[in-house]
Parts: sequence; C-alpha cells; structure tokens
Amino acid sequence: MPSLIDIRRRIRSVKNTQQITRALKLVSAAKLRRAQDRVIAARPYAQSIRELLSNLAAAAASDPDLSASTLLAQREAKRIELILMTSDTGKAGAFNANLTRTADRFIREHEGVAFDIVTVGRKGRDYFRRRNASVPRDYIGVLAKPAYATAAEIGRESVRRFRDGEVDAVYLINSEFKNVMSQKPSETRLLPVALPEPKQGEEPKIIDYIFEQPPLEMLQRLLPRYVEVAVFQGMLETSASEHAARMTAMDAASRNAGDVIDKLTLTMNRARQAAITKEIIEVVSGAAALD
Amino acid sequence: MADFALTVATPERQLIDERVSEATIPARNGYIGVLPGHAPLLSELGAGILSWSGGIGQSQTLAIMGGFVEVLGDRVRILADEAKRREDINTIEAQERLRAAQEALTKPPSDSPTPEQYEELVENVKRAQAEVDLGAK
Repeated sequence: MPSLIDIRRRIRSVKNTQQITRALKLVSAAKLRRAQDRVIAARPYAQSIRELLSNLAAAAASDPDLSASTLLAQREAKRIELILMTSDTGKAGAFNANLTRTADRFIREHEGVAFDIVTVGRKGRDYFRRRNASVPRDYIGVLAKPAYATAAEIGRESVRRFRDGEVDAVYLINSEFKNVMSQKPSETRLLPVALPEPKQGEEPKIIDYIFEQPPLEMLQRLLPRYVEVAVFQGMLETSASEHAARMTAMDAASRNAGDVIDKLTLTMNRARQAAITKEIIEVVSGAAALD
Repeated sequence: MADFALTVATPERQLIDERVSEATIPARNGYIGVLPGHAPLLSELGAGILSWSGGIGQSQTLAIMGGFVEVLGDRVRILADEAKRREDINTIEAQERLRAAQEALTKPPSDSPTPEQYEELVENVKRAQAEVDLGAK
C-alpha cells in the first residue's frame, strides 16, 4: 500500500490539473459565446450573396458565354487544392483528429490525383508536414479572431491558382458548427463554383433586371467574392466549433479529475485508518505483555 | 407613406435593416436614387456615400466601399465590401490614407502597371476619398 504522503502528493497534483482544465473550460465558454455571435452576424451577408448569385446566374443563363466563365468551368481533376481548417492548439478532444481524418479519407477517395494542401491552423499543418504532403501555403493564428481580410487573401490566391490552371478544383474541409454539443467535419467544393440550386419545388424565376453592368461581367466579379465568403464562413464555424469542442473536452476532464480525487481520498483515509488501528493494536498488545 | 426595406451588410455583419422612403446609392457608374416601386436593378457599387431617409428631413449616411446592390420589389439589398459609419471614421487617419493612396497612384510600384493594378490604385483613392468625405460632413 502506498504511504500516506505519496497519496497526498498525488491528490495535490490531480487538483492542480483540475484547476487548469476548469480554467480552460471557462475561457473556452467565453470565447465560444463571442465566436457564436460572429457566426450569426455574418449570416445575412452570406445568405444575400447566395440569393444574388442565383438570381444573377438565372438572368445570365441565356448568355452562351456563361458556362465558359472561368470559375464555373468543370475540368478533369488532376491536381486538387484542399483547404483544411483546424485549430492552432490542442486540448479539444477529437476535434482536430476528426478533421485530419476527413482530409485523409478525402485524399484516399481521389486516387491518382495530386493534392496541394492549404492549411489554416497549426494542427493541420503539422499533421501534413509530418507526412511530407505538399503544403504550399499555411495560415497560423488567424482563427483566434477570424478577419474577412484573411479569408479574402486565402480565397483570392485559390481563385488565382484555379484560373491559371495550377489546380483543377479547390475543396474546403472545415468543421461545421451545429450546436455546442455537436460539431462535424464537412467538405465543400469551392471551385469550380457550384451555383446555388433554387429551392425545391420552386421554379427558378427569371427577374427582368436593369443591369448597370453586363451580367457576365458582374458574375465574374461576384464569383471570387462568393468563394471568399465561403472561406470566411468556414473560418467562423471552425473557430466556434473549436471552442465548443474544447469546452466539452475540458468539462469531461474536470469531471474525471474529480472522480480521481474522490477515489484517492478514499484510499488515503483507509491508509490513515489502517495506520491508527495498527498503532492501537501495538499499544494494547504492548500493555497486555506487561501484565 | 410608401416605403421599402433597406439592408446593408458587410461580410462581417449587418449594419442596417430598416424601412426607408428614399435612398441614394453610390453605384459604380454614378449615384442611383431609389424611391419606392423602383424597377428591379442589379449593379456593382463604387466607393461613395450612401444616404437614405426614413421620414421628413432626417437623412442618414454611411460610407460604402465597393460591393453589389440589388433592387427588387420593395427591398434594396446592399452587399458592401466595407461600410463605415461616420462615428467609426478617424478623420486624420482617413486623410493620411487618402494621401498615401494618391501618392501610390502618381508613382506606381512597377514601371508598367497592368490595367488591373491601375484600377486597384484608383479604387484605393476612391475608397479613401469616400471616408474623408463622410468624416468631413
């Protein structure tokens, strides 16, 4: 049986750990609230740009040049750029592992295709660097406070590479924020742009717009912005998911630490009681021996 | 009184969502005035000052830097690349930016800028100008 002092030392160490996990949980909860607000604040724009794109595409559909528009053109995928979003730090349970696993599976599903992996977040970069994958660009420390300027930079470069034919498609893997308890990896094709489908059962109505600029020209300006917004949304959702995942993981860790402390305290009390009993027996039998 | 819905959103947040009776929008090819019952219209935005009023005499303003506008039915949707309220503008900083942008335009970074590069430089000046204009009001 370990000595009393050893057990006390262990209890103290677990208590320290519990304090850290509890603090991390509180910090994550606060950050989560802010991240959630940002996700909600960015929704109106994302929603509007989707509708605008779909209206514009419907109005421009008669234009024979539409399908030739460089950002819509499908071509055989020989090289794919994969944008993978993960967190910068760990202690978030299976959050990053789920994302890298999704990316791995995605790569396996596309056999014979070369991949360039663009990582947002340190964990993804480290994972694919270790595996000697081609990581032409990485962005670190940008998810702590996702800024549109960063998303625009990422999106612009992807659009340029696609337009110049350096890659044949661009996909995004990020964490989708459903609610605090559930975040799941999702993959989206960014390029070539998939035009938003009209809602089910609704006829795509063609609106007779007055165009201040030729529709095709506007489309060519709108599409890159659409890609940037998708990247931005991905960043916001990944950031919110990260905090939610960390909060859940640290809550579980704090509870586990509590269980361990309870168990150790019980063991310690038993050891203490055993020592007392032993001393009494010694005293009593010592006295009896004198009689 | 006839009115329509005006919304202004940037990628990061929605700034305006209210009923207004008229709006003047800084489109790419010049300002567009919109009254209730306007025909459907799509346009790119330039940099300039968006103004609107909900009632009599009380006009409100916002500096808009690029984006898109859609007029449809009783709704005007502005998707701005960037938008700033007057109280968010630091006049001194804005003037400094305008000066820097004008200087960059007279001295392009490369000897023979492409049309796109040139356009961007001009755009920078316009954006800074819009901020200065609103700040000075």
